[in-house]
Amino acid sequence: MITAVAAMLMFAAASLADDRSIILASTTSTENSGLLADLLPRFTARSGIRVYVVAVGTGAALRLGERGDADVVLIHDRAAEDRFVAAGHGIDRRDVMYNDFLIVGPGGDPAGIRGGRDAVAALSTIAGARALFASRGDDSGTHKAERRLWLAAGIDPGTGSGQWYLELGAGMGATLNMAAARGAYALVDRGTWLSFANRRDLVALAEGDARLLNPYGVILVNPARHPYVDEAAARAFIDWLTGAEGQAAIAAFTIKGEQLFVPNARDAVE
Amino acid sequence: MTATLPLTVTGLGYSAGRHELLRGITFVLDSPRRLVVLGPNGAGKSLLLRLCHGLIAPTAGTIRWNRPDAKTRQAMVFQRPITLRRSVSGNIAYALSVRRVARSERAQRTRDALKLTGLEALAAKPARVLSGGEQQRLALARAWALRPDVLFLDEPTASLDPAGTSAVETIIDAIHRAGTCIVLTTHDLGQARRMADDILFLNQGRLVERAAPDDFFDRPRSAEAAAFIEGKLVW
Amino acid sequence: MRGDRKALSPPRGAVPGALNDRAPSSEVDTCLSRQDEPMSEFGAAFAQAFDLIASLDGDFVEIVVRSLYVSLVAVALAALIGLPLGAAVALFRFPGRHFVAVLLNALMGLPPVVVGLTVYLMLSRAGPFGVLDLLFTPTAMVIAQCVLVTPIIAALTRQVVEDLWRDYSELLRSLGAGPARALPTLLWDGRYTLFTAVLAGFGRASAEVGGVMIVGGNIDHLTRVMTTAIVMETSKGDLAMALGLGLVLIGLSLAVNGAVYMMREVAVGTPP
Repeated sequence: MITAVAAMLMFAAASLADDRSIILASTTSTENSGLLADLLPRFTARSGIRVYVVAVGTGAALRLGERGDADVVLIHDRAAEDRFVAAGHGIDRRDVMYNDFLIVGPGGDPAGIRGGRDAVAALSTIAGARALFASRGDDSGTHKAERRLWLAAGIDPGTGSGQWYLELGAGMGATLNMAAARGAYALVDRGTWLSFANRRDLVALAEGDARLLNPYGVILVNPARHPYVDEAAARAFIDWLTGAEGQAAIAAFTIKGEQLFVPNARDAVE
Repeated sequence: MTATLPLTVTGLGYSAGRHELLRGITFVLDSPRRLVVLGPNGAGKSLLLRLCHGLIAPTAGTIRWNRPDAKTRQAMVFQRPITLRRSVSGNIAYALSVRRVARSERAQRTRDALKLTGLEALAAKPARVLSGGEQQRLALARAWALRPDVLFLDEPTASLDPAGTSAVETIIDAIHRAGTCIVLTTHDLGQARRMADDILFLNQGRLVERAAPDDFFDRPRSAEAAAFIEGKLVW
Repeated sequence: MRGDRKALSPPRGAVPGALNDRAPSSEVDTCLSRQDEPMSEFGAAFAQAFDLIASLDGDFVEIVVRSLYVSLVAVALAALIGLPLGAAVALFRFPGRHFVAVLLNALMGLPPVVVGLTVYLMLSRAGPFGVLDLLFTPTAMVIAQCVLVTPIIAALTRQVVEDLWRDYSELLRSLGAGPARALPTLLWDGRYTLFTAVLAGFGRASAEVGGVMIVGGNIDHLTRVMTTAIVMETSKGDLAMALGLGLVLIGLSLAVNGAVYMMREVAVGTPP
């Protein structure tokens, strides 16, 4: 019993050891795409700073930042990012990259949206046909993008909630699992889509609309408010990410030969 | 050293709720003899024992021993033997430890107790695997190891066969010869005849008669005692 | 948004395949070949589990060791607290005793995610114990699981000790042992049943995911354990891997319980 307690204390001490590290709060879709696993070791090799990723929903990631439990936040919801900074929780928000969403659905395509380049029209068609649609329903960046499209189409899918419009309150993976199982349409980010292993009958049906763009922002958690934030290390990471090396690594990241993210940081620090 | 006896019981009573289970018990026990508390089922014999030993507090009357720490100089053996989940010698060692017997004496006392009760061969066995008779002998060994001034026994052979009963009675006699006062309850007339120096006859919560065994069995003074001896008193 | 304007003319010569001016093609490399039958999925899971164990993949071993560490330490601490606590509630008379007993029983059903949330709020840098900097560490996970498991052990201990006291109280009181002296005696006497209670606690700890996910964060190489890895693989759609990990988890539980059973047989000796 005593040995166990001693071992625990040693383990705890080791995990709090002096290796410099920061906590990056990001989204599950970002982590599941595999980008971070590819990117972060490069930064660690360059700087000696370890980056620990806590991947949760967009809202939870911001909440971690608000409480100072993370040092850096990397998400894809511009409106929420701006609110975060405006409230003083974060400073120095920068563009990092963007990828895009696409609409996937059953191979049989009951609503007939295949080949469409207009996301809003596609959603209108789906709603008109009352074809099954799986929504994340979790206030994530993806979910908010989906809601903006419904808004643009002038449709409130909530009226069909529980019938053709399925609101899951879940992550991208769980939503796709459900869509695959029920033969439903869904809005998915390309990163998750390319690496998703349970597609079954789902195929990509509509993409390429400018409104399907999904831009990412990186924010430093406000060190003035949260003195535990390792500002120097966090800034080093953000500078690297938006600098030549990080941006090149982002562009070089591919899944099955396809590039996933387009780097778009401005005034990159060399 | 002050003796534990005499025990003076005056007007002892016990009620549970509205039921009066014992009433007006008065007697004195002044020497280490073998006192047998006799009576039909439900007479209150077990209750009397527990009151005297201090396991239950009376609701009326008094129990007075000659020294305040009398309970630590007594031991009790119950109708169904209670054994801890450890070895035979472990059970004895536990009792010695709780009573804070000097460590230097414990080994010898354990040996003596095992010898007296014929359990030496079973010393290392788990107590739970012993037969009923063996477990009761263990209870006696455990009590004897404490060298009590008074040993209470509540129908100790009620669940044993004749051989087991005989073994237990022999051990009780040996303990008595070593100087311990025996207070034993039974409803068995034969056992009372064999074991008693003195008989306390209880019926329906009252002390009906007290006499030496010969007097009690040959010339009972009360009708209840007479009926009981003839086997006519049920409860 | 300014970012949008950039989208139409990709910067720095990068050629994003995603936004080429082409019609989206039907997926060539989908997993349409994957059958929908559950049996083949289980078959794939068994194969995956076997693969992981046979190859002793570094990440996999790390996750397994960490899972065992977290749950075992948590249960050890929970036993240290819960056994005497349960026994004390069984033996001592104090005002509100029955309420405490009922409360312990009720807390056995604590949802792990609620425990995780509460511990997270405590350990968060914005919370009362933020100075300890324990969030997102294995220690935080041990704490959460300890909170989860202690009521189980305490409640079961209370029942066991109460029953034992009923059997032994006359003998123990005759010897002069009151509740305080009886407490360790009864714990030792009930050791077999109590150990089963501890194993029940271990089962709960090693199977839960809600608590360790929130306070640990499922951070790769730091706080990822088997259950959080299973959730992650499920969310990636890699069901075979998720199931495979699940099979390994069940196997681990079998191994732990089997080892304990054998230890006990050796200790007790063959019963007659």
